[in-house]
Amino acid sequence: MQIHISKSRMKRRIALNSIFRILFFLATTIGLVFLSLLLIRILNQGLGYLTIDFLRNFPAPYVEEAGMFAGIIGSLFLMLLTAPIAIILGVSTALYLEEYAPKNRFTNFIQVNVQNLAGVPSIVFGLLGLTFFVYLFQMGYTLIAGALTMSLLILPVIVVAAQEAIRSVPKEIKEASIGMGATKWQTIWRIVLPAAVPGILTGSILALSRAIGETAPLLIVGAATAIYTIPDSMLSKYTVMPIQIYSWTSRPQEEWQFVAGAGIIVLLVILLCMNAIAVWIRNKFQNRY
Amino acid sequence: MTDMISNQQNENSAIDDQYIFDIHDFNLWYGSDQALYGINMGIEKNKITAVIGPSGCGKSTLLKTLNRMIEMVPNVNTSGSIKYDNADIFSKKQMVEDLRTQVGMVFQKPNPFPKSIYDNVAYGPRIHGIKKKKVLDEIVEKSLRGAAIWDEVKDRLNQNAYGLSGGQQQRVCIARCLAIEPNVILMDEPTSALDPISTLKIEELIKELKDKYTIVIVTHNMQQAARISDKTAFMLTGELVEFTDTDTLFSNPKDKRTEDYITGRFG
Repeated sequence: MQIHISKSRMKRRIALNSIFRILFFLATTIGLVFLSLLLIRILNQGLGYLTIDFLRNFPAPYVEEAGMFAGIIGSLFLMLLTAPIAIILGVSTALYLEEYAPKNRFTNFIQVNVQNLAGVPSIVFGLLGLTFFVYLFQMGYTLIAGALTMSLLILPVIVVAAQEAIRSVPKEIKEASIGMGATKWQTIWRIVLPAAVPGILTGSILALSRAIGETAPLLIVGAATAIYTIPDSMLSKYTVMPIQIYSWTSRPQEEWQFVAGAGIIVLLVILLCMNAIAVWIRNKFQNRY
Repeated sequence: MTDMISNQQNENSAIDDQYIFDIHDFNLWYGSDQALYGINMGIEKNKITAVIGPSGCGKSTLLKTLNRMIEMVPNVNTSGSIKYDNADIFSKKQMVEDLRTQVGMVFQKPNPFPKSIYDNVAYGPRIHGIKKKKVLDEIVEKSLRGAAIWDEVKDRLNQNAYGLSGGQQQRVCIARCLAIEPNVILMDEPTSALDPISTLKIEELIKELKDKYTIVIVTHNMQQAARISDKTAFMLTGELVEFTDTDTLFSNPKDKRTEDYITGRFG
């Protein structure tokens, strides 16, 4: 029996296809339009105030003298402390969960909770940091308290990214190593980690670029808004870029909004650079098997 | 006889014990599914023992049990005993790393590390603590020669092993296995991913290796078993159906099921 294919139905199907293509294209454009508007507004307002002095100066009561130096250095130091703490803890956790932990309910429970933690609002981590690091361990409103809080904040993200990277190392080459009498640790150190490092680094950088834009938790653990020195030890007071931007935007005079715009440009450039590094690492080490 | 004396005897290679593996009434379960049923089998030294059977008959499971790689699978339970060199491989005293040093393995799919050819072969010696460049160089050359691939790769030892063909990769994997000087080499369908010419080369190599090593090879290629092995075991649904000299098994099988399988009636 021959089936009858109706030409008019076919035309309708093809028309429907075009309609969906247009709808999806519009959905994509909406996001892009608002992003461009935001960028244009910030560039318009901020570019005029973005000078070398802006990068070199400390906060000042006058628009012309205001600068971001303390924030840039503060963010840098904060990340330099946060990165090793979070990466070492995160990769160790991921290695335990993937390679050593028995596959049972308890491991599953930890697994699910790590993933949930990645979705906890950052302000909750701020409160945690305030309770433990600032008060209980009496660190006060210091750089190290901020760094530890930030480490906790990005830890779950790094654990999940590292787990995925470790899981993607082919089982066959692990077996080859174990089959030659290597211990699990030797296999991890010589085979698993070298193969997983690109993935771990990419995930870590993306997590750090989330941390560098965070404001709420640091406000809670007491980062300063106006500060006239750069941190000289882990127990120094500090400020970071997003907090400076936040303090400028909350001022009533309009020109401070422009200064904030300049600050946002600096922050965005740094963020884009970090993401670019992550993409570069991912591409450079891709497809090694 | 104490372990020490038996070890000494082995080192003097004054071996009167003809079996290197002694499998006795061995059962194995994956969770609640039984995969091996009452296996009794002795594997002779310096012979090639082939294990044949249809997919899922438990031949790979049995092979991976011999160096306890099967423990990489969660929820594996066993009963019965397997003795290697007269010592129970499951005893608490047996360090699994030591067992795997003496009982090496070559896998189904060539699985070189994403490292240079040299580093692949030197991997085993290095994990066992050998650091001297001169010693490593010697081991690498000896092992690659032993695996009949030295001439093909001697000029590019520092290139990534992934650049080699599948057959060459598998021979590098065999060289990597030889580098820690095992007594037994377990091979899990080592040619199933290779073309006929590479397969031929590996088969010739296996026959050469027999002088120095005991080889247990799992294959579902019956011709291969007939070509290279001294003894052949036929397994079916987790049972050892027949285990005897290769010639006898293929020319005069005792069990009806063996006959059906080797004449191609199933599997």
